Order: sequence, then C-alpha cells, then structure tokens
Amino acid sequence: MDKRTFLASLPALALAPWGCGDARSHAHGVFMLVDTSGTYSQEASKALLIVSYLLGTLQPGDSLAVARVQSRSFSEKDIIAKATFDTRPSQANAQKRAFRDKIDAAFKNVSGSKYTDITGGLIQAAQFLNEGAAGTRTVIIFSDMQEELDKVTVRNFPISLKNIRVIAVNVVKLRTDNVDPRLYMGRLDQWKARVEKAGASEWGVVNDLDHLDRILARS
Amino acid sequence: MTFQSWMLWPDNVAVSVLLLAIVAMAFMYAARRPMHELFRALGHGLSAPLRLAARSLAAAATDIRFRNRAVLLAHGKQEVGQRIEREFERLGAIVTRDLQGYPTLQRKLLDEITKIEEDYKKCGEVPPPSPDWTEAVKAVANIKSTGNELVVKVLEEIKRSVANIHDKALTEYRKAYETRHRILEGFMPFWRSVDKNLAQVEKNVAALHASVSTVDAHMGKYEQISAGTDKAEHALTVSAFTQFAIALLVMTVAAGGAFINFKLIALPMSEMVGAGDYITSSLRTSEVAALVIIFVEASMGLFLLEAMRVTHLFPRIANLNEQLRRRMLWVAFVLLVTLAGVEAALALMRDMLIQDKQALLQSLATVQAAPTEGWVGRIPTAGQMLLGFILPFALAFIAIPLESLIHSARTVGGVFLIALVRGAALILRVAGQALRHACRILIRLYDIAIVLPLLAEQLVKRPRKRARADADDTEIQRTHA
Repeated sequence: MDKRTFLASLPALALAPWGCGDARSHAHGVFMLVDTSGTYSQEASKALLIVSYLLGTLQPGDSLAVARVQSRSFSEKDIIAKATFDTRPSQANAQKRAFRDKIDAAFKNVSGSKYTDITGGLIQAAQFLNEGAAGTRTVIIFSDMQEELDKVTVRNFPISLKNIRVIAVNVVKLRTDNVDPRLYMGRLDQWKARVEKAGASEWGVVNDLDHLDRILARS
Repeated sequence: MTFQSWMLWPDNVAVSVLLLAIVAMAFMYAARRPMHELFRALGHGLSAPLRLAARSLAAAATDIRFRNRAVLLAHGKQEVGQRIEREFERLGAIVTRDLQGYPTLQRKLLDEITKIEEDYKKCGEVPPPSPDWTEAVKAVANIKSTGNELVVKVLEEIKRSVANIHDKALTEYRKAYETRHRILEGFMPFWRSVDKNLAQVEKNVAALHASVSTVDAHMGKYEQISAGTDKAEHALTVSAFTQFAIALLVMTVAAGGAFINFKLIALPMSEMVGAGDYITSSLRTSEVAALVIIFVEASMGLFLLEAMRVTHLFPRIANLNEQLRRRMLWVAFVLLVTLAGVEAALALMRDMLIQDKQALLQSLATVQAAPTEGWVGRIPTAGQMLLGFILPFALAFIAIPLESLIHSARTVGGVFLIALVRGAALILRVAGQALRHACRILIRLYDIAIVLPLLAEQLVKRPRKRARADADDTEIQRTHA
C-alpha cells in the first residue's frame, strides 16, 4: 500500500463503520494439474519450481491444490495436497511449509502413467474451485497438452469452466510437433477453443519459467 | 414534399429566391417594430437577472468580507489579549522575583551609606594643634643670642625640647593619618557592595523596561485591532496565511510520520484481525485496524494536549474543574503510553513475520541465502520497536498545528471564498452585458436584412419632411412679417 493509496483510503475508513465493507471475496484459489504421464513425468522437477513460486506468492486466505494427471484423473485420490491458508500470516507460513514437504515427498518417485486425462483433471479442478469461496479461480495445467484416453474413458462432452482462468504451463513440443509445428499450434488452438467454450474467463500459455508471475497476473 | 416545393417558379431558382426574399423583406419590414421590441425585451430579460445575480453576489461578498473581518478582528483581539495577559503574568513574576527584595536591598544600601558617612566623618577628625604652640615658637624665636653661655644652654635645651615635641607631634599626626587611611581602606567592600547592588537594580529595571516595551507593542496592536484599522486587518490576514502555510507543512510532515507508523503496524494487525477481509477492493480490514489505532493515538494526543491546556479545541475540556482535568490528563497519558507499548510489540511482531516469510521463501528457493547473524541483524528490530514506541508521542503533537490550521483555515478559506464570489459576480456581470450587446447587434442585423425597404422608406419620408420644414419656415416668416 503506497502513500497515495494510504491517503485515498482515509475516506474509506470513514465509511467503514457504516457497513460499507467489500463483500466480494478477494481470495485466490489455484488448482494445479501436473501431468505425470509417459515421458512428461521427467518434468516433475519443474513442477516443483512452480509450486514453490505459488507458495511464495499466494497470500493468507488463498487456496492451493496440486493434483496428478494420470490415465483417469477425475478422482479426489489424485489430489496430492490441498490447503486453504489461514488468514494469520504466521499460520499460513507454517501451512505452506507443510504443503511443500508433502509435495516434495509425492514427487520424489513419480512413475509415468500410460494415458493422460487432462479433461478429467479439469473437471475435478473446476469442482474443487467452485466449492471454495475464492474470488479469483485459476487452473494451472502443467502438461504438454497432449490428451490420451483409453477406450472406455468418456470425456467428449461439454464441460463448465465458468469464471475460471486456465493457464497451460511448460507446454513442451513433442517429437511429432518438431516434424510439423502445425500440430503444436493446432493442439493449443483446440484447447483454447474448448476452454473458452466451457466459459473460462481467460486462457493463457506460459512456457518461459523465468516469467512465472504471468501465471497469477490477470489480463 | 420535394426540394423544389418552395420555389414559386420551379424552373427558375434565382427568380424564386428573389421573390421569396422580397416577400420576406416585406414581412420583416412590417414586423420591424415588434421585432425590435422583442429583441430589446429579450436582451433585458436575459441580462437583468444576470446583473441582479451579480449584484447579489457582490453584496454577498461584501457581507462575507465584513463577517470575516469581524471574526478575524475578534480572534486577533482574543489572541493579542491572551498574549498581553501572559506578558503581564511574566511582568508580575519579574516584579515578584526581583522587586520583592527591594526593601531589604534598600535597608542594606542605607546601612552601607550610613556606615560610609560615619567613616567619612571620622576621616575628617584631625587632631587639633596645641593652642600656644605657634606663640611659644614665636617667643623663643625672638630671643636674641648674645653668646652668653647660659642663654645658649637654655636655647639648646629649648631646641632639644622643641625637637622632642616636634617628633612627638609628627608621630601623633602620622598615627592619625594612618587611622584615617585604614578607615578609608575599610570603605572598599562597602563601595563594592553598593556598586554590585546598584548594578543588579539597573539590570532588573532594564529587564522590566524590556518587558514593558513588549507589553507596549502588544497594547499598540490591541488598540489597532480594537479600532478595527485596515492595517490591523491586513496584518492579521497575513499572519493567518503564514500560520496556515506553516501548519500545513507540519501536518504534511506528520502525515509522513503517520504513514511510517501505519507501515509498521499494518502487517502485524493482519495477525490479529486476519488478512482475508477487505473494506474496499484494495483496502484490507487489517489496514483499517492499523489506521484506527493511529487515529486513536492522535486523538489521545489531542486530549492530552487539551488537558494540558496547550490547545483549546474543546471548550468542554477547558471548562472542566482542576481535579477532573488532571484525571483526564492522566487517563490520556496512560492510554497513549499503552498504545505506544502495543505499537512497539506490533513492530517486533512485524519483524518476526517478515523473518518467517523470508525463511519460508529461502526454503522454497533453489539458492539459499546466508542468514545475517549477530547484533547487526538485530538493529532493524530494535529500530522498529523504538520507532513504534516514539511515533505515537510524536503524533500526539499534531494537535498544535491542527489547532493553528483550523483557526487560520477560517480566514484563508474566507479570503478564497470572497475571491470566488467576486469572480462569479464579475463573470455574471460580463455575461449580462454581453447578452445586452448581443441583442443590440441582433437589432442592427435585422435592420441590415431589411435595408432595401428602409431605404425606400427614407426616400419616401425625406421629401415629405422637407416639404413640412419648408411650410414651417414660410409660417415663421409670415409671423415675423
């Protein structure tokens, strides 16, 4: 809060006793999906970097959940860790430490799954975020965005991601993408269209891990 | 309705326009007088209210000026009166302190002077010479020496006796002068004492004179204010502007102090009231709580200074009896000290929270930073605690510039209000005049539009006028004849 805001807040202070409080939730809910399928499981160390960034950036009162994307991801069992940080900063810091330990332990031995159910993970994330009271909701997909489903899994139906930001992070290029870059572009465009059709408030791709601040920055 | 519907001769635009112009001119000529009256009425109707409003505003400005003047003079009178009162109190204190010892000093001086006089008299007492001494010497001097052995012997005996007596008398005189010198030497401490006492008296009188001069100056100012002179009003207005500027400057500095204070306690307050609630989109409840604490401290400071009678913002506090006032003073002081203690504790908590956050970020970072150990690392903590304790007391003193600001703002605001009202009056007056002139110009423009019928009218009227004038001249000549 800078000096100008400090001076501008004085009238707000005068209004505060008359119950002019801001009823909107200013908390931030973040659900991170980490792709652990196939060769992408080798990128787990980068996922830890992002989790660390989120833990360092999220404020008391915010929520964070980290889940795996496996063959079928529409399950609470895939959620590695979730926490709504206490509004007291000291307690929130303690929770963040415990969260980090849990994530460290979970990513120590990551075994690659056969299929990648990103849609199932998205539905799970949307449910988790909608149940919470966060004002800003973000789903981070740490994946190459190549969805692979087995024959019995059904995901080709419309999903709802209303008022949720969806950010794809570290979308690496596959061998086939290198042969024909249109595949990569097409994949991203396809996801963008699907997410926007689902009612998401924002779609973004962050591949440069030196600019992680773009993950939580609202456009 | 087509474009050509207005044309009287649809095939000839020029003739149609000309014909229409002639018809219009004829109508306008016929309606000339009522139209002129309409324009005049319009000009009057629009400009009159504006001029009336301008006059009313000018009168209001004069009223405000008189009211401001009355308030300014009354306030100035009160202030100078209080200052004179203080000067008289100071004068009274000086008189009580310095002049209450005057009877003793006077007695002492009189004693010393009496003593000096007595001693002086003693100095003047010379041992009287032997009454027949000169005659005896004269008789002996007349004895002629004949060489007679007896006479010589007698004379020698006399000489020896005279020499003895002379020596004795000389010794006596010397003794007497020695005594007088000793008495004179004894004068010195008295002279010094008298000199010192008189110097002290002179110093006291000079201090008294200086104070009296200040009172005189204040009295002069008071008289001028009482007389309501323009000079006094101008001086008071300038003084109010200066006070306002100084108070504003000090208040700005105090706002900076309040901001630092706020920064110190905003974060730890989130530990108490939580960091998730918001009053507005960017203002957390914890920040409001911190602001409330700062304002409560400032209020306590205000009450403290009010109870100490340094400021006079609340007449109710000033009118309290001595016992209640003292109680209030102590209550405000204790609350202020408590709040200062709370702030120091919050400042410590802030440091702890920041350190905790830093530790968390370091544990999350891939590169670990070396921690700062030892007393160097504790300096910011101690500094924050000290600031947290001192700032509430420093903030307490804003009551003094606040009072100045409030009092001087009345005059400064009044001056600006007068300027504003006068400016508005001027604008309204100018607008009224402009509208009036615009209506006159409209009348002229109307006449220009019907210049042809007017020329025709002149041509028709001129021979008639001339004929009438000629007839009048003939009539006059006949009368003369």
